[in-house]
Formats: sequence, C-alpha cells, structure tokens
Amino acid sequence: MPLSIPATELMEPGHTACHGCGATLTMRYVLKALGKNTVMSVPASCWAVIPGELPYRTLDVPMIYTPFAATGASITGIRESLDLQGKQDYNVVGFAGDGGTADIGLQSLSGAMERGHNVFYIMYDNEGYMNTGVQRSASTPAGAYTTTTPVGPMRNYKKQPKKVVADLMIAQGVPYVATATVAYPEDLIRKLKTATEIVGPKFIQILAPCPTGWYFPPEETVEISRLAVKSKMFPLFESIKGKFKLFRPGSPVPVSEYLKKQDRFKHLNEAEIETIQKSVDERWNELVSREKTV
Amino acid sequence: MKSVTEQRLLVTGNEAAAIGVKLSNVRFISAYPITPQTTIVEKLAEMVSKGELKSRYVEVESEHSAMAAVYTAALAGSRSYTATSSHGLLYMHEMLHWTAGMRVPLVTSVVNRAIGPPWNVWADQSDSMNQKDTGWLQVYCESNQETLDTIIAGYKIAENRDVMLPLMSMEDAFVLSHTSEPVTVPNQSMVDEFLPEYKPEFVVDVNNPRGYGSYATPEGPFMELKYDMVSSMERAKSVIRDTLREYSDTFGREYSGLTENYMMDDADYAFITSGTLASTAKYVVNKLRKEGKKVGLIRIKFFRPFPQEEIREALKHVNAAGVIDRSVSFSAGGSLYSDVIASIYRKLDVPVSGFVAGIGGRDVRISDFEHMFSLVQDGTEGMQWIGLKEVD
Ligand SMILES: Cc1ncc(C[n+]2csc(CCOP(=O)(O)OP(=O)(O)O)c2C)c(N)n1
Ligand code: SF4
Repeated sequence: MPLSIPATELMEPGHTACHGCGATLTMRYVLKALGKNTVMSVPASCWAVIPGELPYRTLDVPMIYTPFAATGASITGIRESLDLQGKQDYNVVGFAGDGGTADIGLQSLSGAMERGHNVFYIMYDNEGYMNTGVQRSASTPAGAYTTTTPVGPMRNYKKQPKKVVADLMIAQGVPYVATATVAYPEDLIRKLKTATEIVGPKFIQILAPCPTGWYFPPEETVEISRLAVKSKMFPLFESIKGKFKLFRPGSPVPVSEYLKKQDRFKHLNEAEIETIQKSVDERWNELVSREKTV
Repeated sequence: MKSVTEQRLLVTGNEAAAIGVKLSNVRFISAYPITPQTTIVEKLAEMVSKGELKSRYVEVESEHSAMAAVYTAALAGSRSYTATSSHGLLYMHEMLHWTAGMRVPLVTSVVNRAIGPPWNVWADQSDSMNQKDTGWLQVYCESNQETLDTIIAGYKIAENRDVMLPLMSMEDAFVLSHTSEPVTVPNQSMVDEFLPEYKPEFVVDVNNPRGYGSYATPEGPFMELKYDMVSSMERAKSVIRDTLREYSDTFGREYSGLTENYMMDDADYAFITSGTLASTAKYVVNKLRKEGKKVGLIRIKFFRPFPQEEIREALKHVNAAGVIDRSVSFSAGGSLYSDVIASIYRKLDVPVSGFVAGIGGRDVRISDFEHMFSLVQDGTEGMQWIGLKEVD
C-alpha cells in the first residue's frame, strides 16, 4: 500500500509533552489530515500546556484556549462566526481530552452535536486526567489504577466500565462518528478525510496512550496502541450516517497481552483479568451484531 | 442633534434591551433562558426569525455554553451578545473571568434577580455584585431608556482600544424588565454612524495563526496582563465619560458619566444607591427638600470601574451619607457600601451609614427612605437591614 500520510508538518519542535506522548502524535496526524485551514479550540488538558508558554506556540494554526467544560460551545461560536463572514473553508476543531469530553464537557459536546454545526470534535483519549496527575475519568477502563482509584488492600481500582462516548454520539445521531488510534495513522487520516466530506458534526475518539499515566516505557506508545486494537480493548469502528462498520484486527490477542504491558493494570489477578476479557468479548460481539443489523 | 426619524415607543426594559441589540448590529447571539431575562432573548429570536435582525441566534444548552459561544464568536470576528440573570450569571462565572481575561469586548444584559435558596425571581443585585471582580465593566440602569442606550454606548466603550473589556448592563427584575415606559428609539443610520462596525485587532485567521490564552508562568506575562486589565479599567473612566457625552450630544440624552448627581450641589446629606432604588430616592429627596431638609442623591451608574473621584467630589461638603445596597455581601457589609467607604478613606471625614434594602424584591417604601434618612442624620454606623420583618 502506498504511504498516504501527508508530508505537511503543522507541528513545530519545542513542545512540552512527555516523551512518547500519544496525545502529541494524535494532534500531529489530525493536523496533517486537516491542513492549515484549521482553527483549534483546546480546553484545560495536557494539550493546553503542550504547545508551550504564552506567547509561543508550536502549532501553525490559530488556537483558542477555553475553560474545561466549554469545548463544544466554543466551536459553536467559532464556526457560526466564521460562517457569517463567509469563511466556510475553515475547519473548526474542538480538541479535548477524555475528561474534558466524557465528564465535565459532555453537556456542551452533546449540545453542539445536537445543533448540528459543521465542526470536528476530537476526543484524544488517554483514559484519565493526565494534566492534573493521573486521576480517574469516566473513560478510564475498569481495572485501572489511577491516583484517585489507588490499589490498597481494599482493591479500590476503577470499578466501572469505560464510558462509551462514541456510542453516545451515534445514539445522538451524529452523522460521522469514528474511533482511531495512533498505531494506525493511515486509518486515522483516512477517517478524518472521510469526515471532511460530511457537512455537519463529526466526532472522532482517538486512543492516545500516555506513558506517564499508563506506566509503560515511552518507546512503546505505538505498540501499545496497536495491542489495544488487537486485544479488542479499543475497537476501531466508523459510523457514517448510521451505517456502522467495524474493523477486525488481523491477528487478535487476549487482553492479558495488552494489560501486562502497563503497570496501571499490574495489580490485577487472573480472575480479574478473566472478568475484563469477558466484558471485552461481550462488547465485541455486540459491535459485530450491530454491524450485521445495518 | 436629534434625528427626525427617531421613534417613541412604549416598551418594557427587556424589549428596550433587545432593540438596543438590534440597533448595535450584533451578528451573533447565544443565550439560555432564565426568568426574568427570557423576554429579551425571545424578542431577539423573534427579530431574527422575522428577518428584522440579521444575526445568528444559537440556542445553547446552558449559560456556561452561552458565554463560551459568544466569546469565541467575538474572537472569530463577529459582534456578539448574550443575556442572563441570577443563577444563570452564577453558572457563567468561570466564563466571565475568561472573556475579560481574553479581552473580548462583549456586551451582556443582566436582569438583576435574587439568588436562591429559597427560589426567588424578584429584584436583587446580589447576582451581578458577585461578579464585581471578574474584570467586566458594570452599569446599573435606572430606566428603560437607559437600558436601550447602554447597549449601544456599551459596545462603543467596550470596543475602544483603550478598554477592550466586556460590559455588563443591569436592569432590576420586573421593575424595569417587565414594566413598560415610553422610550425614544434612535434611528439606525445615526447609530451606525455612532457605532462603527466591529473590527477587532486580533481576529482568528489561518494565515496569521496565533494562540489565544495559553499558559503563563510566574515569570511570564501573567502578572503584567492582569495589571494591564486593571489599567484598562482605569482608562475606561475617561472613555466612558467621552462616549456618554458623545452619545448624549448625538441622541439628545443627558448622561453625565459614571455617576448621576441629583440635588447634590448644596446637599448636607446624601443617599448613595444604584438601579431603580435611585428613582424612589429621587422622589424622597424632593419630598424631604420640601420639608426643608437639604438632601441629595448620588446614583452609582458604573460600579466598575468604580467612580471614586466622582464620589469624593460629591461628598466633599456633606455632613453624612447613607449607602443603600440591594444585595448581600456576607460579613463584609454591602458591596456598594464597602467601596464607597474605601474611596473616601483618609480623604474625607464623612460618616457613612450602610443599608441592606429591598433584597429578594422586597418593597423599599418612601417611609423606609425617611427612616434611613433619620439614621444618616444621626450618624449611625455599620450596616442596618431595612424592612426586616419580625420572625418567630
Ligand atoms: C472547572 C475545572 N475543573 C478542574 C480543572 C483542573 N483540570 C485541568 S486539566 C484536568 C484534567 C484533564 O483531563 P483530560 O480532559 O482527560 O485531558 P488530559 O489532561 O488527560 O490531557 C483537570 C481536572 C479545571 N481546569 N477546570
Ligand atoms: S501526561 Fe500523558 S498525555 Fe500528558 S503530555 Fe505526558 S504523555 Fe502526553
């Protein structure tokens, strides 16, 4: 297959992310896909810090920072205001973490999607509040250690399953919903390009492994994100105007392969891993049947 | 010079606000309904749907989002407006700091309403007084005419390069918002001439990418930027005076500046208050004057920037003054009261009484004002609550 990743680079050196940061790779690919006619809105998150201290900026696109809860509403204002001035050719992108999306920002995301603005909402999913020091979010998977779900004798790790934000968006009728991850950049970029063809709201959830918060060596980011897909912990799918398509990994692996690579899961015993495997299988089967019904 | 085509209409304060927005050529409106603000946004939505107002009207899912949408719309180049009240304004609090810090010159209407519990929809300025440290200019209107005029003049003040701070224009719930008064509506072409098109210096542009609001360290320009906001707020004083003078000259009004003095020239005693309590105060001043009591009124129209100079000047020759707050500030006295005291500290030796009156919409009667006057005359210190009922 010929390489389909655009050579354009809109991210400059000098950012302040951790080594091996999946969120940084995510931004880099998103900008490669969308190009220079892009306006970014970024709430409180690692990405509010990564581009660098004021007045410097390591991205060659306009960036508006916004309070934590306001991403959806902020892209509403930008989009409508630009349209009023005839700037329909600008891509307007909300770029928020999983906390800013699944938790505090869900109301404003849902509102923006419901109103149908022609915007992109990128949820870079590092499965926790990383900027504030690795706390739990609704998108943290069950079984994970975080600093607010620590593992003492009471085994007080995250008990609830990962909130399925992409499914919520599909249920809301968002015309383009997809999941992607940095291990498959061609797929990621193709999805963004497909999304560009759609006039209306587009929601893309991108798994962005975080060496700092998942406790793995920084050089393993891509491998871990590939294992997330192969183990079906993070299924890749796409829903275009309700038509659902699931991507099947070439050589699937058990979830233990994925879990054992990250110290956030190291406390889990066999039985607990088995429970996770079961819930992953159930979700996968549900996704497979969903594909068949459409 | 008065325009021949101006109209005289009988409208509520909220309709007057909506007309002000329309005349100001606002292009982007986003709001969330809350009693008693609703009729402003309903009117605007109606104007948009009839095509009388060429704006985008976006119905958002919360006040936090309304303010987020209008500040980004303004950053992206469109003159923007929202309106709220009470709990809606409190819900916006984070965004109020953000918009002011971003130096976005919005105008927002606030219909002053009490904060629960218990739920209460009546007039009370506690909601906006709570926002006094957000970096917004604050105007407390006394009439529907002033409500309309403040929006037009407000954009011109806020958008002045020496200011670049958002402006909040207040109406007392129901007393103005839902009460009709005759209002003179200026003609559009004169407003267009007075208020030029919105052309911000820093507008979102992909060919000139910038960051808006990233982080600054203790060594970075954080402290300097806050200092600049404070300086701009000070500079706003002369911009306000000039703009209101120009507005008055153009449209035939008599707006004098940050405060309005009523019968203060020879006054021995002064009432100091804001909003519609000032109308009752004026009536009482007339009554007491007939009884030979030399009393006057300072109406604080702009609470931010705070008119220290005007207050000092007006109080120079009085024996005593009484400040009436229609808001509660727990444990620190009233907000107007504290700021009045602070502005005369070690400059004037005038005893100042403080009063909390009319909160939750309780009537403040002529007899209450007469009672306050006697307390002022006696030099009563500290905060007194006026019109409290016996509770057992
Ligand atoms: C209203 C509010 N509450 C809390 C915070 C503190 N805060 C800043 S970033 C953050 C976590 C962000 O998590 P996420 O959205 O997942 O992005 P990440 O940091 O993982 O990139 C929190 C809790 C804030 N800035 N604003
Ligand atoms: S904490 Fe994680 S997401 Fe944040 S910059 Fe570091 S690696 Fe990236």
